[in-house]
Amino acid sequence: MGVTLPILILCLPLFMFLLLGIGGVKMTKKTAGVLGILGMGTCMTLSYIVAFTYFFSGDAAFIVDGVRQQFQVFDVTWLAFTQKLVVNLGFLLDPISAMMLVVITTISFMVHLYSWGYMEGESGFQRYYAFLSLFSFSMLGLVVATNIFQMYIFWELVGVSSYLLIGFFYKLPSAVSASKKAFIVTRFADLGFLIGILILSYYTNTFNFVEMTGNPFQVLAQTHGATFMGASVLTWAMVLIFTGGMGKSAMMPLHIWLPDAMEGPTPVSALIHAATMVVAGVYLVARMFPVYCVVETAMTFISVVGAITAFYAAVVACTQVDIKRVLAFSTISQIAFMMVSLGVARDYNIPGVHYSGLGYMAGMFHLFTHAMFKALLFLGAGALIHAVHSNDYTKMGGLRKYMPVTHWTFLIGCLAIAGIFPFSGFFSKDEMLAAMFSSHWFWGAWMTMVAGLTAFYMFRLYFLIFWWEENPDYAHHKPHDAPWQMSIPLIFLAAVSCVAGFIPFGKLVTWNGAPYTIHIEPAVAATSLTVAVVAILLAAKMYMKKNDIPTKVKNLCPGLWTAAYHRFYWDEIYQFVTHKIIFGIICRSIAWFDRHVIDATMDGFAWLANKASWSIRGMQSGNVQAYVLWYFLGALAIICVTWLCLI
Amino acid sequence: MDLSILWYLIPSVIMFACGVYGFVTRKNMIAILISLELILNSADLNFVIFNRFLFPGSMEGMVFTLFAIAIAAAETAIAIAIIINIYRSIGEMNIRLTNKMKN
Repeated sequence: MGVTLPILILCLPLFMFLLLGIGGVKMTKKTAGVLGILGMGTCMTLSYIVAFTYFFSGDAAFIVDGVRQQFQVFDVTWLAFTQKLVVNLGFLLDPISAMMLVVITTISFMVHLYSWGYMEGESGFQRYYAFLSLFSFSMLGLVVATNIFQMYIFWELVGVSSYLLIGFFYKLPSAVSASKKAFIVTRFADLGFLIGILILSYYTNTFNFVEMTGNPFQVLAQTHGATFMGASVLTWAMVLIFTGGMGKSAMMPLHIWLPDAMEGPTPVSALIHAATMVVAGVYLVARMFPVYCVVETAMTFISVVGAITAFYAAVVACTQVDIKRVLAFSTISQIAFMMVSLGVARDYNIPGVHYSGLGYMAGMFHLFTHAMFKALLFLGAGALIHAVHSNDYTKMGGLRKYMPVTHWTFLIGCLAIAGIFPFSGFFSKDEMLAAMFSSHWFWGAWMTMVAGLTAFYMFRLYFLIFWWEENPDYAHHKPHDAPWQMSIPLIFLAAVSCVAGFIPFGKLVTWNGAPYTIHIEPAVAATSLTVAVVAILLAAKMYMKKNDIPTKVKNLCPGLWTAAYHRFYWDEIYQFVTHKIIFGIICRSIAWFDRHVIDATMDGFAWLANKASWSIRGMQSGNVQAYVLWYFLGALAIICVTWLCLI
Repeated sequence: MDLSILWYLIPSVIMFACGVYGFVTRKNMIAILISLELILNSADLNFVIFNRFLFPGSMEGMVFTLFAIAIAAAETAIAIAIIINIYRSIGEMNIRLTNKMKN
């Protein structure tokens, strides 16, 4: 494959960003919107061509004996600091990056199209499209990175564009604080990522993914013997790198930024906080998977963090009022699902297990299907907010008659995420649960419970929005379906969610590139399907028609409900730690030291200089004749001294 | 009686001392300018004297003095212009009143 297409894929969004960012003020909204959509559409077409060439051309560079290869389209030296510390920029094609190219550009294009309808009438429309292009560029650069340092650079760019888009309504104080929160939390996590990168590359002398993942045992050998606080250096490096992933993918305890990030425009939530950016952490783990596999501790850490986060987020999602927040917590829960799936996967054969790399394949499969149906759900939520002008489900209810397109597509999204056959979520979730059960029954049972909770809270949301009781305000302001720019993405994504499960994913994306035929495990499938159906029926019983069961349930254990509603007080804990402990105790004492020791020393110098100059200021009187007199006296004195010395 | 170099240098020193004394003590700016001219002329005189006595065959000192006189004339013109402007703005020629840069 030539380098033209891959370079264009990266350069086109960057060019659109510059064009719309610099020239946007001179354009009309329509020109900017059409340009943005066309640019992204072209980029999507090019990505499809590249991905299809990679998967189906059968070229010897891409596939050898049925095993898919990692292929560096180009890899040029960008910064050569020293002999060892060399940073490259390149374009790596392998199954997951090709898949991500498709996912990112598809969702991004849908969001571009949708935003044309959704953001109509907002000021800063051109700026919005410029930021969307910047985000697409950063995310594409992230997934095709050939080395971990390039990934880090684009990782930060993704953080910046997320910051810009969350704070798009910069006149709202809540949006501004949400964007700052997202940036600071992810930046804090990225510190760990950077330290991890530095430790790893210090021992392996390379940033390159292919070199590191191609031979993980060499990495293990290179770091052998070095330990820090009882754990090997490699464990520390991999856990620290995962910390960066925890920040971006909103794993506990760094999840606090994601629910607040819903302050951004809804299409942005769909693009960034549901479909693409937040899976960067999952992608990172998948990218470094062979290295993670030789560090058992890190894999266990990933599984445990994922399992706790998945359950926590699912419980919280059951109590939220804001529909975007429900979806945000559902995103956290689903991404944690993928993390657990990666955490239980192994790159060697476990005795008695059919295919131990199943978790990897399933996690990537779920990443793909989840991106589609979560974008669908968020865009549907955007259509609802567009119609009702509120984020709360209390302002909705009974909307199925007014908004049929939104209703049906939203229902498909809910069925997909709940894992109902034959929608896409069923297949990916089934594979993930099968992988978890094959690792240890505990992971499987725990995550089946989370899957049940998922079905429950999604259908709670669905019934409360579309059934329950009609809001009397509809008499004044009749809600209606969104314009075509918004409906087309909904219908397209719903169609994808219906059929994506039948993609033979095991043939395309596996940890080592060797094809694998997906089997539906009957026991696992039956269990998860039963749990999901029971959860949906329960939700239907509670929320389909207006009744007092929800209130009764709530009053059974009001403390638990309140705690879940307040997200188990994580924000308050952070508030306490940052304000009371860090600002109040640590920073205050440092400030005291600064003011009374450092400043006082400097003030002393200034005082001394001031006094000295004050004492001699009388000499500069402005009287020229006095100056001349002093000059002559000085000259005389010098002459006398010289004369005396010469004698 | 042959005139030694001393007979030439003594008037030059007296002129220089008078110039310095006048420059430091006088209040009128015109008087200060005249004192300045005295200092300059004593220096010019020295050029000529030393040329005559130390390098009798050459002319450099004389030529240099001619240039110095011309430049002194130009400089005096500038000084007069400044003094006139100061006189116009404050109505005085007292140097003690012009010790502030502002206003």
